[in-house]
Amino acid sequence: MHEIDITLTVNGERVSERVEPRKTLVDFLRDDLFMTGSHVGCEHGVCGACTLRVNGEIVRGCLMLAVQCDGATVETIEGLSDSGEIADLQAAFEQRNALQCGYCTPGMLAAAQDLLKRGGVPSRDEIREYLSGNYCRCTGYHAIVDAVEAVAQARAGGRK
Amino acid sequence: MKITDDSPPVLTALDRPNSYIGRSVPRPNLARLTQGRGQYVSDVTLPRMAHVAFVRSPHAHARIVRIEKAAAEKAPGVIAVVTGAELAQVMTPWVGVLTHLKGLKSAPQAPIAVERACWQGEAVCAVVARTRAQAEDACELVEVNYEELPAVVDPETALDPQTPVIQPTLGDNLCFERKLDVGKVDEALASSDAVVETTFLFGRHTGVTTEPRACVADWNPGEQKLTVYHGTQAPHMMQNLFAKHLGLAEHQVRVITKDVGGSFGIKVHTYADEMATVALSKLLKRPVKFVADRIESFVTDIHARDHRVKAKIGVKNDGAITAFEIDDLTGIGPYSVYPRTSGIEANQVVNLVGGPYTCPNYRAQARVVFTNKNVMCQYRAVGHPLAVAVTEGLVELAAAKIGMDPLEIRRRNLFPDDGYPAQSASGLKFEKLSHHESLAHLDSMMNYAGLRAEQKKLREQGIYRGIGFASFIEVTNPSAAFYGVGGARITSQDGATVKLDAQGALIVATGVTEQGQGAESVVAQCVASSFGVPIERVRVITGDTDVTPYGGGTWASRAAGIGGEAAWQAGKALRANVLAVAGAMLQAKPEALDIRNGKVVDAVSGAERLPLEELARVAYFRPDTLPSGIQAELVATRHYVPRAWPFAFTNGVQASYLEVDVETGFVKLLKHWCVEDCGTIINPQLVDEQIRGGIVQGIGAALFEHCLYDESGQLTNGNMADYLVPMAAEMPDIECGHVVSPTADSELGAKGAGEAGTAGAPACVMNAINDALRPLGAAPLTDIPFTPAKILRALGRI
Repeated sequence: MHEIDITLTVNGERVSERVEPRKTLVDFLRDDLFMTGSHVGCEHGVCGACTLRVNGEIVRGCLMLAVQCDGATVETIEGLSDSGEIADLQAAFEQRNALQCGYCTPGMLAAAQDLLKRGGVPSRDEIREYLSGNYCRCTGYHAIVDAVEAVAQARAGGRK
Repeated sequence: MKITDDSPPVLTALDRPNSYIGRSVPRPNLARLTQGRGQYVSDVTLPRMAHVAFVRSPHAHARIVRIEKAAAEKAPGVIAVVTGAELAQVMTPWVGVLTHLKGLKSAPQAPIAVERACWQGEAVCAVVARTRAQAEDACELVEVNYEELPAVVDPETALDPQTPVIQPTLGDNLCFERKLDVGKVDEALASSDAVVETTFLFGRHTGVTTEPRACVADWNPGEQKLTVYHGTQAPHMMQNLFAKHLGLAEHQVRVITKDVGGSFGIKVHTYADEMATVALSKLLKRPVKFVADRIESFVTDIHARDHRVKAKIGVKNDGAITAFEIDDLTGIGPYSVYPRTSGIEANQVVNLVGGPYTCPNYRAQARVVFTNKNVMCQYRAVGHPLAVAVTEGLVELAAAKIGMDPLEIRRRNLFPDDGYPAQSASGLKFEKLSHHESLAHLDSMMNYAGLRAEQKKLREQGIYRGIGFASFIEVTNPSAAFYGVGGARITSQDGATVKLDAQGALIVATGVTEQGQGAESVVAQCVASSFGVPIERVRVITGDTDVTPYGGGTWASRAAGIGGEAAWQAGKALRANVLAVAGAMLQAKPEALDIRNGKVVDAVSGAERLPLEELARVAYFRPDTLPSGIQAELVATRHYVPRAWPFAFTNGVQASYLEVDVETGFVKLLKHWCVEDCGTIINPQLVDEQIRGGIVQGIGAALFEHCLYDESGQLTNGNMADYLVPMAAEMPDIECGHVVSPTADSELGAKGAGEAGTAGAPACVMNAINDALRPLGAAPLTDIPFTPAKILRALGRI
């Protein structure tokens, strides 16, 4: 199969690889770069386990091809963790037990941070709506909403 | 701010000076998962590892005439193309029966179909290649010639004489049958003031774990050892099965279970494709990886709940329930699943119907039949959601018929809180339950009277809200009565080994497994408390048959109640060992000493005598300085199995408040409550999150989830776009409350809590929908899941 050279930035590191055109971004990250923090749940864009950031926007890693990311800036849970950007959100998830098996968590955190970046304190309904593309089988979502709400309030300086 | 800090301990008999029992300490292993540093089986890569993909039958039932694999064998990256007949040389078939389910029968099942494919999705050929993509490419090149056979798809006609028999060697399509007739049902029904009779339908659904099933099998001929990295709930059970069917001894097999992306009962069974993966590793002498994709998951992960229950209840005008009668029919696919069988769910329905109530008259029939659909087996809350929906559906329909409040009819029939021990009509033995206290707690927690007033007011404005309840019992802490007595090598006991390391910290190895429910946390809390160290100094190891004590793993809500007790006892035993050494070092009587917060202290004054670091240093590096005759034993193991009761039943009650849009049929869930009694609560936060997660799984069943098969046995919605699961936007906030009735069978007194939510939620939602629609004269809805179309049909709008 004809392969294509791509160069992109992943979590701040410049990466040049040769990939099959059919390879999804999440498979590329997991299989070629061994970044296993992004998870594969459904491979058809429904479950959100592979949610990550490309050029600052959250995308489904299973609905984007690696070759589409030539020249792009990609941020995965590994990068979001190492940079400290979501340290407060991660701590809230841990304290509130907003994860059980943890498989949906990297994608859930990426989506939640995307909401929180907008600023303000979203309502519980708004949080639920924003996370409605990320499937969690374990928690029933209540604890996740609690954690996101708590971080929004803390970031807003404790003001409602 | 909704996050509260760890609640302070309340002093109980379990309290030691630094007790963690009853405290919401955060799970120690979470940061790894929030940082994406988990190690799921999907993430495992080994040297020389190959990937397998399976060619799967497109037919529900077909003879495999010929498999042409030459083209696939020549495809890029392909290592081997293996048929069922070839794999049968490596692995023996299995039969999913248990001797205590009398008469249960099933046919031998092979890892890859040999002569016939018996459901759409059954593997008929394996392709092993260097990458999964290459394996999938080559699967396209395998030519399978099928002769399609008639498919048995409707359980109702599966036993008819003209219906083909799926497994000719069995003689008919009946897998299992059970009948029960207790008391005087006919007389009781005849003397009732009202009898309600209806049919409940339960749609097939499945677990949809976020991480699909996965295993990496590594047969090392040099060591004659098989290592299987497996996303399973029961590593020792799988060790036995891999060994048995490959002709190995169990000590030649190591099963390693690291992080598991959700299980819920899905990952506690034998799957043909996983067995095939293990056999392929043996055949090819190299690691082979299988990770089901989502489409494969839908046609191969066990399904559950496909039951039709005809049911009847009799009541007196004073609310006294006179009798229950049920006829359950379920179609389980072409095989009873190995080794837990597919007869358990129907058996549980028979056991559990009427369970919360004193009514002594009960007749039940259950039939389990074979069909050409994917196999069904035990999934979270096995049988409970069905039995609770039938019982609680009947109770609320009866209450409506005699004009009684749904809580009042329960108060008049629930087992009294001061009447234990007690036994249900079906013979279930209850040590101590708290139905009435739970109900009273729920009543006040939800402000029932206030909600009824709101409901009435809104009805006048054309807004239809409903309130539904479900009282329930839950089977937890199973003894050998569940599987062991039926001949399955599934242990009901569990063990914990606690080791003091050379710096005075503890390493605990436990036979229970972590599936995200917090088992590691509970084990750490128990050991830290009974031994006497800060929890930060306890590390827990799970999921490795070479390392942990022999254990059952995680199922039937057993990890905390059984694994927790073993850990508690192991911590106590090690404390005694350590104090013996400390006594020798300090020239004190061991009973005059204690261990608190990681230090040996004077038991009476609490004054520090010796840090554990110092004790460990001396014991490991300067044992020559200890008095002669003192040998430090700094490892202790204890096991535990419930003996006094076959199961530790828990109880509880749930309520749902919802609104039905009578124009669209959509249901909006407004709030959900649950009060449950799981005995001693080791970690309140973990219990609540088990309840909440379980409730949402039950809501999924009630409103969304359904594996839809057509008349030819084809699954028509086997993907996540068409099979709906609960997502955040549609789910309500859930309030939890507790009553505590510890079991006296263990020192901890903890029972299980993993399935209570799933057990009660569908019944609750059903009753609330019917409560909302009752003033509109709608026929009661009893056909789960309650889709908008069904609601509009009940309203006569379509």
